Amino acid sequence: MTGRKHAASRRPWTEALWGYAFIAPTGLGLAIFYLWPVLQTAYFSFTEWGAFGGHTWTGLENYTRLIADPEVGRAVLNTLTYTVLGLLGIPLAIVFAALLNRPKLGGVTLYRTAFFLPVVTMPVAVAMLWRWLYNGDYGLINQVLALAGIDGPNWIADPATALYALIVVGVWSSVGYNLIIFLAGMQAIPKELYEAASMDGAGRVRQFFRITLPMLSPTAFFISIVSVIGSLQLFDLVFVMTGSGQAARANPAYSRLQTVVQLFYERAFVTNDRGYAAAIVMALLVLIAVLTVLQFRLQRRWVHYV
Amino acid sequence: MWKSARSGAALLCVALLASACGGGEQAGTDTQPEERVKLSYGVWDATQQAVMQELAEEFTKTYPSITVDVQLTPWVDYWTKMKAAVSGGAAPDVFWMNGPNFQLYASNGVIKPIEEQVDTSVYPKALVDLYTYEGKLYGLPKDMDTVGVWYNKTLFDQAKVKYPADDWTWADFKETAAKLTDAKKGVYAVGAQLTSFQEYQYNTIYQAGGHVISPDGKQSGYADPKTIAGLKFWTDLIAAKQSPDLKTMTDTTPLQLFEAGKLAMYWGGSWNVAEFGKNDYTKDKVDVAPLPRGEQQATIIHGVANVVSAKTKHPAQASAFVKFLGSKQAADLLGKKGPIPAYNGTQQDWVKAHPEWKLQTFLDAVAYAVPYPVSKNTAAWQEAELTHLTKAWTGEVPVEKAAADLAAAMNDLLAKE
Repeated sequence: MTGRKHAASRRPWTEALWGYAFIAPTGLGLAIFYLWPVLQTAYFSFTEWGAFGGHTWTGLENYTRLIADPEVGRAVLNTLTYTVLGLLGIPLAIVFAALLNRPKLGGVTLYRTAFFLPVVTMPVAVAMLWRWLYNGDYGLINQVLALAGIDGPNWIADPATALYALIVVGVWSSVGYNLIIFLAGMQAIPKELYEAASMDGAGRVRQFFRITLPMLSPTAFFISIVSVIGSLQLFDLVFVMTGSGQAARANPAYSRLQTVVQLFYERAFVTNDRGYAAAIVMALLVLIAVLTVLQFRLQRRWVHYV
Repeated sequence: MWKSARSGAALLCVALLASACGGGEQAGTDTQPEERVKLSYGVWDATQQAVMQELAEEFTKTYPSITVDVQLTPWVDYWTKMKAAVSGGAAPDVFWMNGPNFQLYASNGVIKPIEEQVDTSVYPKALVDLYTYEGKLYGLPKDMDTVGVWYNKTLFDQAKVKYPADDWTWADFKETAAKLTDAKKGVYAVGAQLTSFQEYQYNTIYQAGGHVISPDGKQSGYADPKTIAGLKFWTDLIAAKQSPDLKTMTDTTPLQLFEAGKLAMYWGGSWNVAEFGKNDYTKDKVDVAPLPRGEQQATIIHGVANVVSAKTKHPAQASAFVKFLGSKQAADLLGKKGPIPAYNGTQQDWVKAHPEWKLQTFLDAVAYAVPYPVSKNTAAWQEAELTHLTKAWTGEVPVEKAAADLAAAMNDLLAKE
């Protein structure tokens, strides 16, 4: 007995040491490539940069400028609109997943591939494709509308439609990913629940709302966290769809399309205003943190854990 | 442990007694005069990469110990990458410079002035001035370009309109434009492009007698009514539907429209020769005419220069390369395969390379050309130009107001320089 006790008290110590040794490479990687840049960026957000490097401490100047900058306000508003409307992709994915989750449905693999294809396609390719579809002159969408006698707008260059056109692409390219996860979630729901429900006389629709949806809520919560963070960091889609630099600025819908990360890119790498860019990205960090905490708070009201 | 290892090494050195330790050093100093140097050379134009490589090889023939590595960065990323490279101390030894960026680089001391005496009379004066900052020349002009009106002969013939004359005026242009527009076929006279100031607005601003920036680089010229007349030239064309509107030009660029036979005229540069020569549609349908004359005749002249990085490890070799690139020998080679060489007297080879087009037009334009307007931080107010003029181009605000707002914004930026 005493011998075992002795061994047990010594073993966790070496075990812990081994554990740390194994996670050390990853930990080191995280510290160097994630933590250090974050700290550096936080520091840079209090500095002003010369055209070719070299910086001076300016205190809170970047932040006061940020608050007064209408461009930042607009970019935040656009990004939030994109994020909120982008969440519409979640119910859509649930509906599609429910339709696909039938034991006797044929060609499920085909459907899954079709839905998942946009997810594995490079965002740049997706953006290029949609740019052609949206072209006001020869784009497929307007060609089809013309058949019905409708004169379609220049989707990406018209301030009235540009942001919504972008959201459609965002939802389209994320629905497949969400769908696959929901499908996995649905298949993990015990069959007995449905059997019991149908014995009690519950129909398909009632089963969906009373069993499937509540049981899926943890999955939906995970997806909403991930897609909100993803939407707030939107960059590649806009960058490719509107072009960069001068071509983007001459787009009449530019101010409706610019996102926070795109603004950051422009300030950091095009106009070389690094300190200000760092401040913008720190503000984004705060925004993401706030929204994520908010979501965790709200989850108590709608997420059911078994 | 550490200490003993070091003393061990020292002992070993003593034991070998200069036979190895000293000998190595001596051999090092002996090889220095024969040092082989590899220069890096940053360029942005893929169509010129081959001829630049050829020039580099020519240079190595004269200086066998120096080889040159031509590094291509596409135009859209060139300046973004160059700024990062200069900040990080990794700029190429020699690289291409343009007017809008030049003063920023020169005033920050990241490129080297040319110290020795060079004969600048062999280059167009406008280009030498463009690359002179505070009395010092920083780069030798490599090539040059002016602007002309490329026109689609087929569309002119169909509309039964005479080809532009060499002495045509704004009035002639407007008359021609009205006749060429054919809404039913989706054909426009011209694309009033906003993004390319060098080909569009700047030319008409100077033709109208206006100016973009004061000669001392401290005041914006956008408040000048004559400058505004130069802008209205384009917005009027959009309003009259003789040019596509800005939304359409955002979806499909005027260049694409011209190459699809949807634009009868395209204000373009001498550099478009390569583009139109290889395009199946334009190659036998287009020709070029001078820009129409407003109150006066004007075209923007610009050209690329070769400059030496201030931090190069091989300043002597880099300067020698820049001098070679600015020589007649290099210009002769460039003119046969690339853009118009800047070296006076070598340009005829460029004209002869495409006998089907009146390329002499671009050379004749040098006589009345205006240098590309720049200041210390050109990029800053070029962003303001787009921000404010977009509103005039869409018709959201009148040209006069957009120009006044732009003048105020630009003056603020100039004051900060």
